[in-house]
Amino acid sequence: MGTLKLELKGITKRFGSLIANDAIDLVVQSGEIHSLLGENGAGKSTLMNVLYGLYEPSAGQILVDDRPVTFNGPSDAMAAGIGMVHQHFMLVPVFTVAENVALGNEATGTGGILDLEQTRRKIRDISAKYGFDVDPDAVIEDLPVGVQQRVEIIKALVRDARILILDEPTAVLTPQETDELIDIMGQLKAAGTSIVFISHKLREVKAVSDRITVIRRGKVVGTAEPSASTTELASLMVGRSVSLTLDKAPARPGEETFQIRNLTVMNDAGQALVDNVTFSVAKGEIVAVAGVQGNGQTELTETVLGLRKHVHGSILLDGKELVGRSVRQVLDSGVGFVPEDRTTDGLVGSYTIAENLVLDLYGKKDFSRGFTLNRAAIAKHAAAKIDEFDVRTGSAEAPVATLSGGNQQKVVLARELSRPLKLFIASQPTRGVDVGSIEFLHKRIVAERDQGTPVLIVSTELDEVLELADRIAVLYAGRLMGVVPGDSSRDLLGLMMAGLNAEEAQAHLAGPDSARATTTEGEPA
Amino acid sequence: MSDNRAAPEAAEAASAAPAASAGEADLTGTGTAASPGAAPGQGNRILREIMSGNALVSVLAVVVALVIGGLLIAVTDERVGAAAGYFFARPGDLFGALWASVSEAYGALVRGATYDPTARTWLGQLGIFETLTIATPLILAGLAVTIAFRAGLFNIGAQGQIILGASFSAAVGFGWNLPPVLHLLAVILAGAVGGAIWGGIAGVLKARTGAHEVIVTIMLNYIAINLIGYLLKSPLKDPNSSNPVSPALHDSAVFPLLLGPNFRLHAGFLLAVLAVIAVAWLLNRSTLGFELRAIGANPSAARTAGMVVSRGYIIVMLIAGALSGLAGVAQVAGTEKSLDAEVAGSIGFDAITVALLGRSTPWGTFFAALLFGAFKAGGTSMAVNANVSIDIVLVVQSLIVLFIAAPPLIRAIFRLKSASSRGAAA
Ligand SMILES: Nc1ncnc2c1ncn2[C@@H]1O[C@H](COP(=O)(O)OP(=O)(O)OP(=O)(O)O)[C@@H](O)[C@H]1O
Ligand SMILES: [Mg+2]
Repeated sequence: MGTLKLELKGITKRFGSLIANDAIDLVVQSGEIHSLLGENGAGKSTLMNVLYGLYEPSAGQILVDDRPVTFNGPSDAMAAGIGMVHQHFMLVPVFTVAENVALGNEATGTGGILDLEQTRRKIRDISAKYGFDVDPDAVIEDLPVGVQQRVEIIKALVRDARILILDEPTAVLTPQETDELIDIMGQLKAAGTSIVFISHKLREVKAVSDRITVIRRGKVVGTAEPSASTTELASLMVGRSVSLTLDKAPARPGEETFQIRNLTVMNDAGQALVDNVTFSVAKGEIVAVAGVQGNGQTELTETVLGLRKHVHGSILLDGKELVGRSVRQVLDSGVGFVPEDRTTDGLVGSYTIAENLVLDLYGKKDFSRGFTLNRAAIAKHAAAKIDEFDVRTGSAEAPVATLSGGNQQKVVLARELSRPLKLFIASQPTRGVDVGSIEFLHKRIVAERDQGTPVLIVSTELDEVLELADRIAVLYAGRLMGVVPGDSSRDLLGLMMAGLNAEEAQAHLAGPDSARATTTEGEPA
Repeated sequence: MSDNRAAPEAAEAASAAPAASAGEADLTGTGTAASPGAAPGQGNRILREIMSGNALVSVLAVVVALVIGGLLIAVTDERVGAAAGYFFARPGDLFGALWASVSEAYGALVRGATYDPTARTWLGQLGIFETLTIATPLILAGLAVTIAFRAGLFNIGAQGQIILGASFSAAVGFGWNLPPVLHLLAVILAGAVGGAIWGGIAGVLKARTGAHEVIVTIMLNYIAINLIGYLLKSPLKDPNSSNPVSPALHDSAVFPLLLGPNFRLHAGFLLAVLAVIAVAWLLNRSTLGFELRAIGANPSAARTAGMVVSRGYIIVMLIAGALSGLAGVAQVAGTEKSLDAEVAGSIGFDAITVALLGRSTPWGTFFAALLFGAFKAGGTSMAVNANVSIDIVLVVQSLIVLFIAAPPLIRAIFRLKSASSRGAAA
């Protein structure tokens, strides 16, 4: 295998008049984990796409082991020992792990027959070496996101990658999966693989990096030591001081206008995904739903919006029943909705930023006359929102897919917060957003609360939950483990997220004796 | 914007980024209609790339097809063969013969399709009007494919929709007695309704059961072919004819000729132009079009934004069917003046090519249809005046399809960058 030194010299990448990378110099020493920090739209992903041969640089040079190289595509980059794991995985969902790994790199035996056995063996070797715990015969679509990501890493390693680019790998992972990934990165490093790591979560960056390079508006503005404090890193990145804690006034909850009563949601097979859940959110209050991903949070929010079938129970907003209504009717009754995955559910990639900013408002009389869209009003709206939410773009008429990930997220939030609301629901509201913008978005959400809107946040980030929530509801296996105050301890939440109800968890924390008692009795919730 | 290298497969997969883990081998499944959480339309990735590539690919596809067509004309020409026999003695002769042969053929084609000063009568000089006449049903049927595609549906059913539209309008055209203008309007309306019914069936099946529209529309084509066979045996048959044709439409039921009795060009062409304008407005300016395009580009985001995807499928197939139906009207009330089993000819399939070539935009479709009209109109003149088989036109058309369906091929030939603009998102 051997190690590999990588050097980028004066890399410039222009998109039309926009300079995404401006004469960037970067050296990745062999066997180091090198993190890139930068605001949304700073040009990190662009730089990595240049390195991986997806974009042709407008100027500059890539040197591998001091030899200049040109990449005409990812296959060249792979041949040079560079592998990349994109945030959106490129796996065929119905293929097995081995088939996916073999794809494009098929080892063929005599007579051109696909030799999957060889691939399986390689996967088992790699899996054992780094503790991946991946079954070569599992079908991709059955695997959790964290494992799918490991398959992507295996794909790169099978092709002898000696430098691995990980662009926001942790954005889609649960905290536990993140810890596992950090372990894996450590082992890869120990084996001599260099890693370029991108993340907006400063704690992770500090934990894994040997070296940190900060990029702002396409330029390298400095390097930082991993020992630097998160506030230092944040201000270096954004170019101003950022407050990492939100100071919000205590909630003044009013009437409980949003109520979920005995809500059960089933899948087509009749299994309960949300199981007899009852809670409510008051005006002027933020309730955050915590829980490990896949415990019914997504289904809960989708049910409120009217996207789910097989719903029993009742969802009341201002005394009106929402169950059984169409999505349009729910939206029209004053619900703002931020879906968990912006690219699949929140945005139409080929639509312009301006169009996406009215994706669920185009029919309102502000933006259309009769059957005709009011393009002028849509453009004016876009200009205002781009300004207010600091969406970094050259033009409101650019396809939204050309925005950086964090800026796409801002577009979704800007849209959903742009009308008078009676309820605001957001899943992973700040996924992929930089610390400076998180500060802004959190303030914006609190402002919505202070206007008297009930707010329901779903987040797998415990930090975010603790920061925003006035009360925290924990879901486990579709059931509500309890609703606890917003300043509850991480330990308590952790226990509840593992399936103890609020009383059990409190008892457990109070003393070992009582804990033993409750867990052995196993009272039903 | 087009910044990816030609053809790296990972780059193309990356451009489908909205769909997590977009499969390379995944060609099917537009995502079933109404079920939440269903995979969005990532399956149409390849079709989408074909249909929405830039106009340059279309132009180059035509150019390459013409060049290859030219080579075929040349190698089948005896003079070229003769000159090749003594190539080493006088190489110039071969190139001269090549040039003469190709320029003669294509010259005849272009003149036949537009303006031919050498024709004996001034009527014969104006091939352009024949081009427009032939283009008329192609424009309408092409729009039917285009608009459905923009909503994410691949409408292969123009043929059946044309047949139904033509049958309905013919029935009204010879069966009813109405005052002049009113009668024509009734004929037009009947054709649109007939086509809309056929398109609507596919739309409803897609929306309600998730049945794939390609399969459904192909089946409906077969049903339509057999249906018209039956209709022309008894209910719509002209009792005074021994052939399976309908009686002639009443004079009040046919499109007025635009340029007098010497040209076939009829008012249906104006209807087609109006349809192009209407579809362009609908897609780009109207709230419905906003909805339909969103559904086509990302059905799950559309659904989350409150659009009803299944309703969109039904509406767009009704509109597409109506447009194809109008193509049927242009046939029976424009050029044919009666109904026979061949009323749809190859229009239904040429419409797909025309929409492809036009990059599924209304005006693109319009000009692509004119080009195809010109091929047909000019092909005859090429056969007569340059003694080149009219089949060459078919070959060129097929090559166009081939090159458009394989944009990476064209991009590789001309070293163009891929149309997909974005590498790894986020
Ligand atoms: N294909 C493209 N066409 C036009 N502009 C683009 C394209 N790709 C990226 N850009 C622009 O280049 C800039 C840098 O984007 P990039 O995705 O590299 O940012 P990033 O640092 O990865 O941000 P984030 O943290 O939000 O992911 C942005 O302004 C973006 O809008
Ligand atoms: Mg990025």
